[in-house]
Parts: sequence; structure tokens; C-alpha cells
Amino acid sequence: MKTIYFDNNATTKVAEEVLEEMTPYFCELYGNPSSMHTFGGRIAEKIRNARQQAACLLGCEPSDFVFTSGVTESDNAAIMGTLAAVPNKRKLVTSRVEHPAVLAPCRDLEAHGYTVVEIGVDKQGRLDMDQLEQQVDEETALVTIMYANNETGVIFPAEAIAELVKSRGAVFHTDAVQAVGKIPLNLSTSNADLLSLSGHKLHGPKGVGVLYIKKGTRLSPYMKGGHQEVGRRAGTENVAGIIGLGKACELAAEAMNEENKKVKYLRDKLEEAILRTCPDSRLNGGEPRLPNTSNISFEYIEGEAILLMLDKYGICASSGSACTSGSLEPSHVLRAMGVPFTAAHGSVRFSLSRYNTEDEVEYTIGVMPQIVKRLRELSPFVAK
Amino acid sequence: MWEYTDKLKEHFFNPRNVGEVADPDGVGEVGSLACGDALKLTFKLDGDGRIKDAKFKTFGCASAIATSSVLTEMIRGKTLEEAAKVTNKDIADYLGGLPEQKMHCSVMGREALEAAIENYRTGGRKKHELEGEVVCTCFGVTDKEIERVIRENNLKTVEQVTNYCKAGGGCGGCKGQIERIIEEAAGAKAKSRAVPALLKGQKLTNIQRIQLIQQTVNEQIRPALRAHGGNIELIDVEGNKVIVGFRGMCAQCRLAEFTMKDVVEARLREFVSDELYVEEDADSARQPHNHRG
Repeated sequence: MKTIYFDNNATTKVAEEVLEEMTPYFCELYGNPSSMHTFGGRIAEKIRNARQQAACLLGCEPSDFVFTSGVTESDNAAIMGTLAAVPNKRKLVTSRVEHPAVLAPCRDLEAHGYTVVEIGVDKQGRLDMDQLEQQVDEETALVTIMYANNETGVIFPAEAIAELVKSRGAVFHTDAVQAVGKIPLNLSTSNADLLSLSGHKLHGPKGVGVLYIKKGTRLSPYMKGGHQEVGRRAGTENVAGIIGLGKACELAAEAMNEENKKVKYLRDKLEEAILRTCPDSRLNGGEPRLPNTSNISFEYIEGEAILLMLDKYGICASSGSACTSGSLEPSHVLRAMGVPFTAAHGSVRFSLSRYNTEDEVEYTIGVMPQIVKRLRELSPFVAK
Repeated sequence: MWEYTDKLKEHFFNPRNVGEVADPDGVGEVGSLACGDALKLTFKLDGDGRIKDAKFKTFGCASAIATSSVLTEMIRGKTLEEAAKVTNKDIADYLGGLPEQKMHCSVMGREALEAAIENYRTGGRKKHELEGEVVCTCFGVTDKEIERVIRENNLKTVEQVTNYCKAGGGCGGCKGQIERIIEEAAGAKAKSRAVPALLKGQKLTNIQRIQLIQQTVNEQIRPALRAHGGNIELIDVEGNKVIVGFRGMCAQCRLAEFTMKDVVEARLREFVSDELYVEEDADSARQPHNHRG
């Protein structure tokens, strides 16, 4: 059975071109870029090249970021590093719909005496800018708010937030892991101080990410050890990963606009058909929205059951239901949006990529109504 | 991905006995849409008082659907006395086991069966009713239910209790209470969480005392407030005066009948020192919220 992969906000396929670039750096060119000998030293040159590729996608200087082990490390480093560098301020502002990589460290800091304010969102998943305006004050060390939401694809006005935060003298960090490669960035003209991204969400490898640090931003190193990355992030470079990430950035920069058009066309087709053919379904998340993401709730049925049914047809998606997360409560994002529990339990996220085809979309459109109908036959809540 | 047995998957994809028995002798309903799973069980008896037909309708994940399906298979042909002996463990075993985090599905099956038998015998309630005192307000689980899953499944930890009956799986504010129920069930003398209990009453340095106050706020007070959209901030400690600020709205909160200040004070006295008293800081006191009673 063919696999139809609609879970690209979870992770993506590594592009063949990326793998090809990476392959020599395991068994042949395995040197340490910090070494004095030529064998290791030439690796440093390759890393510089990858750095340049990533800088092009981000629209910044190659010296404006460090490579990390992924977006979770980048987020933790941004939060912990900022607070360590600004010890006189004890307030953090974030949103209720952040990824756990941001929410968990913030809540942990709350237990250590920091004031943490979580800004709410409206029914469409859009950030409450008035509340943000009220909350960011001279006590605020850091504002950390995502660029685009991983569950709904809703895009936040990162530039407007960055400007506000700058005017209040705080540091602004944004987790842009879902946005990079889908939304054009030009960090040289942005007021964002810190930005996180990960390789594996844009057809690069897992285990490598970036933390962008605007020049002049005060940040204490989070990983302490060797002198790599000019002392800003210790640890021997993930050479193959960095080279793969660089290539993935290059590919994304080249093809972003064209791919977005294609991906959006497929996403819209899938979304429109499902909402039309499945009764009592609703879309979660308003515009502006990532071109690849669609979060749809099906009333009276439960998300995990839908995913398993889809799985039988080879279709990969994800859900905000309680049962899929191992916790007992449905997605914190959907709850923050005020999506009723009943709809949150039956939510399914489809996230597409450039590798999806129209055939895959049509196949999924074909099976979705039967799955919903089948599960509703089992449900005690559907009106007879 | 959950590790489901082949038997479970088979029952999920091909559930038996879906629907409702016409003119049923017993009806049992448990769970709700909000909880994430719900089961309606109906049965019909034959002339000898054996279950002739049993059917189900279930809203929930694959394991909820599969446990409902096997439950109807298991009880067919049984007398009500025999059926009443079916435990959640029997249901899980019949499926070749359930992932730990899904054990509550088997408990839901047993509860629906009990409610249906009760409905047949008394003609009264169809719903699974709450017995005892509610411990977990997020999922509406009582002390009696918690005691029962502990006893029937020989549970030792709060995490296990959450897996079996959901209690403690929401805001987490009742975990201390669940721990006490586990200890009581094990015959140990009831005592509160280990660390505060050990420290309370001992001579503490100022630093230790403030840390204990912070810990109590973090573990005993904040989770319950957070679950209802509120929050608490420890602002300062001056001698025995603990200054806190409240934030957020807590509509529909069962704590609203008390003043929040009193609740915090009681917890701090329980876990830290009987001499502590609480004051609300000026900023917080000016804000409108439901908790001031």
C-alpha cells in the first residue's frame, strides 16, 4: 500500500538532494571542523558554505546565528539565555498556543518565581494584540510568541509584535519552525531579536536547527563547553546535519513561491471537499494561515479512531484529540481558541508538502466521508 | 502510535454488536462528549434470565470501541450474576492486554455494564452515578471509584490511577489527594506529600521557608487555579506575612464559594507553618475577579 503523507508539520521527508550532500560526511569526510589538520579543517569550509545557504533563506548575515540540535534547544536557549543575560527583569510574556518547547520552560520558570503571562487567542486562533499591548512593560525581559501555529497554521503578526516589544525595551523571540520555508523572511530588516527553526520541517534532517541572534542581543550561552560557534553554543558541530540543513534552506529559498502555490491549491482542494462532503465538520483556524495546513473537526467522533481508519488506507495525519497525545485532555491550542471539547476531540490536522500530489488529495477526498460515516454509526451522540 | 494487540485492532475495524437492542431490559450510559469517550450499553434477557442480546454505541478512540465490542461478546449468554462479576481486568485480558494509558477504557466498560444491570434491577437510573466524594473535578471521579480501581487492579502510583480512571489527568490539582487514597489503601497512615510533610514543624532557615512556601504555591495551589483560567503569583514574604497576587478569571470554579485568600492561607498553614497569613497585593486586589468571594 502506498503511503500518503499529510503530516508534514510533524516532520518532512528529507529531500534526495539533501541526503546526497550529507552522505560523504559520515564515512569519508568525518573530520572535526575544530581540528588543526587539513582533513578536519576543510570541513569548517563546508560548514561556512551551509551557513551561507541558511543566511540566504533567513535574509541575515552568516554570523547572525548558531546551529543547534533542533528547535527545542533553540527555544530553550533563547528563553534561558535571555533571562540569564537580563537578571533584573522577572517577567515573561508568551501565548497560550505555543508549542511545548516554549510553554514547558516558561511554566517551569514560573515555579522559580518568574511572572509568566500567556496571551490568549480569539475563536479564529488570532493573537489578542490588545492584551499583548497591555502586558509588555518595562518589567518584561522576554516576549516569546510563535510565528505560525503548528496545529492550525494560523500566522501571527510577528513584525508588529517585534516592533511593539522593541518599543518597550524587551527582547522578542519567535519560534518560526512552521514558517521558515513557507513564508519569506528578511531578518535584516526585522525587529525580531531571536528566531528558532529546525531542519526536519523543511525537508532537511532531524537533529539540527538554528537559533538566530540579532547583533547586539544579550544572550548567555545555554550549552556550555567548548568554543564552537564563537563560544555561543558549545558542542562539536553536527557536520552532516548542518550541511543537510544548508542544502534544505537553499532548496526552500529557490522554490518557495512556486511550491506554496501548488501546496495551497492541493490543501484548498482537500479542505473544501472534506468540509462539503462530511456533515458536521468545521475548520479550525482563520486567515492568515500557512498554505499547507488544514485542521478540521468532525463532531461526535474521536480523532484517534479517525487516524487509525485513515492509517488503514495508508493516509498519515495527526489529531488534537486527548487519546493521541497520551494525555487525557484535547489540544491546548484548540481549547485556547474556545473550540468546544466535543469538536476538539474529533479534530484532524492535514499538513501537506511539495511532495504531495493531486492523486493523493483525490484519494483522501474519496475515503474521508466513509470513515466519518462509519465512526458515526458507532457513536451514541449522533441524532437517529 | 499506540501498541495495540491484533485482537484489539480487529475489534476496532470490525466491531461486533453495534447499535441498540430494541425494547431493552437494561440500559447503561457512561462518559460524555466532553470527557472524550462515552459508551451506551443495552441488553435483552431470554426466558432463563440470561443475556440474549447486548449491543453498544461508543464515542471514543480505538481502544474504547474495541473494549465495548468485546464486552458485548463476553456477556452474551451470561446470567446477570455472572455478568456482574466481569472486572475491567477481564475485559483487558480478553483483548490480550491494553496499553497502560488506555486502561480507563476497560473501566468504562465495566461501569456501563454495572449501570445497565442496576437499571434492569431497579428500573431506575441508567447513568453511571457518582458515589462518594468528587476528588478529580476535571473528570468527575470520586474517592470511591479511585479506591475501587486501586483495589481491583492493585495500583501503586498516581500515574496508574490516572491511566485507569482518568483522575488526576486534567489540571493535576488532586494528585496529592490521590496519593493519600493510595496510601490509605495500602494501609499506610495517611499523610500528605513527602517533602512538605517532612519539613513542616522543623526549624527552617528563612531561605528554606520561602522555598517551601514557593513549592507549596507551585504544587498545591497553582495547578487548580490554572485549570480554571486563573493564576497565582508569590510576590513577597515578610515575616509571617505572605503576599500574593491573583490573576485571570475563574468562572464556574468550585472554589469561588470561598475567598481565594483563605484557601491559599489554609494550604500554606497545612504545608508550611500555622503562623502564616496571606495578603493580596494592591495591584491584584484592584482587579475584578470571582475569587474574592
